[in-house]
Amino acid sequence: MSTVAHLIKSFTLWEFVKAHALTLKYFFKPKVTINYPFEKNPLSPRFRGEHALRRYPNGEERCIACKLCEAVCPALAITIESEPREDGSRRTTRYDIDMTKCIYCGFCQEACPVDAIVEGPNFEYATETREELLYDKAKLLANGDKWERAIAANLEADAPYR
Amino acid sequence: MTEFFQSLGMSYEWAWGVATISGILLIALPLMLAVAMIIYVDRKVWAAINLRRGPNVVGPFGLLQSFADGLKVFLQETIIPSAANKGIFILAPIVTFTVALAAWAVIPFSATAVLANINVGLLYILAISSLSVYGVVMAGWASNSKYPFFSAMRAAAQMISYEVSIGFILVSVVLYAGTFNLNEIVMAQKGHGFGIVNGYVFNLLLFPMWVMFFISSLAETQRVPFDLTEAESELVAGYQTEYSSMSFALFWLGEYANILLMCMLNALLFFGGWLPPIDWAPLYYVPGIVWLLLKAFFFFFMFSWVMATVPRYRYDQLMRLGWKVFLPISLLFVVLISGWLMATGHYGAAA
Repeated sequence: MSTVAHLIKSFTLWEFVKAHALTLKYFFKPKVTINYPFEKNPLSPRFRGEHALRRYPNGEERCIACKLCEAVCPALAITIESEPREDGSRRTTRYDIDMTKCIYCGFCQEACPVDAIVEGPNFEYATETREELLYDKAKLLANGDKWERAIAANLEADAPYR
Repeated sequence: MTEFFQSLGMSYEWAWGVATISGILLIALPLMLAVAMIIYVDRKVWAAINLRRGPNVVGPFGLLQSFADGLKVFLQETIIPSAANKGIFILAPIVTFTVALAAWAVIPFSATAVLANINVGLLYILAISSLSVYGVVMAGWASNSKYPFFSAMRAAAQMISYEVSIGFILVSVVLYAGTFNLNEIVMAQKGHGFGIVNGYVFNLLLFPMWVMFFISSLAETQRVPFDLTEAESELVAGYQTEYSSMSFALFWLGEYANILLMCMLNALLFFGGWLPPIDWAPLYYVPGIVWLLLKAFFFFFMFSWVMATVPRYRYDQLMRLGWKVFLPISLLFVVLISGWLMATGHYGAAA
């Protein structure tokens, strides 16, 4: 009896008919893909993207050249040199992050006592050359200026859990 | 069309020549456009079944994606491997493409719109579609590389296996129609199903033949689940592995032109071609080419649908299906159909 059933099943291509009915059902289902450049996934406030050096509201840069981030960086991506400024405060003369080395662990922003170095919400900074990924202080400060609103909002949203 | 050019004051020979060339262009250029769009449709259908969106950035709804791809491929460098047999290596995609275009000469787009209304149209198509494997075999051999060679071997074996059952299936259609002329085959399907529906597929004896023809045409065009010739997981890209730029694009164009041809054949031989689906007078006001293209498009959708649904056959399964299932069944049905036609004293138009 089962051989007869099997024969009928294979001659009517039953399995194929069933499979195609299933895939046709999926054909009409709503698509799950996010229409990426036009639509984006929501990001957590803790998202660790492109680095930025922040400033105080009065325009003074936050970084005090304590070099904690440089010390904690497991990928040795951060290079800092510092000198006292004319007014006597200690500031960095050089703050480089090699973005090709960075592993986006977020230790630098955790180590920072003044919330100067942070990883912002930006993840779309692909470049055409490798050299463009060797960020210097000017680039990082520019990032900070550009993303300050989003970064500040994220820090505030995350503050109760720190 | 010859008469039209004659009325412009040309001699018959000139008028015939101009008419034929313009006919060829009238078929080949829209065909290229159709291939570009059909690749887009293919990707869209495949994506939709995978719950993806498919190409949707280039042009409205991504309609220009194929043209962007074409442009990209056109601007690339054609790489010829140093160990390759240069002449044959270059000839192979040209052969594939030419052969894929040649078969379109006998396809009737409506009662009158056919480039070469020859009385052995079906035989011509059978001959040309068997030739299409030559491009693949030449490519596989000339590449002088392992995977293309395996692929060419597979293509040849696959083509022979399925050509046989396709031959028998076509014989059964020819038995019913009593002619090899594609236009007359279409006409013979008028009111075939209960005097109302146009198409051989509504015949109980011919329906299984259509199912087999559809599956064989998947195998003939090396589509999933019979795409063993390019089987990415085993053979890199099969016979196309060493090809780049336009030579690669010609393979693609040829492949999709072949797929379209098989969709057309499905429509012409079993679904009443350019006849409307129902033998009802008002439907005949719609031009025949619209019906034919609608039917062909439906079959192309089925091709894509199958591609998104079933996994690839193993090589031995492919051979088993061809020789131990399709061949005996199609042979049996040729006997059954001839017997039925003899018993009912119905030999078709020619007898």
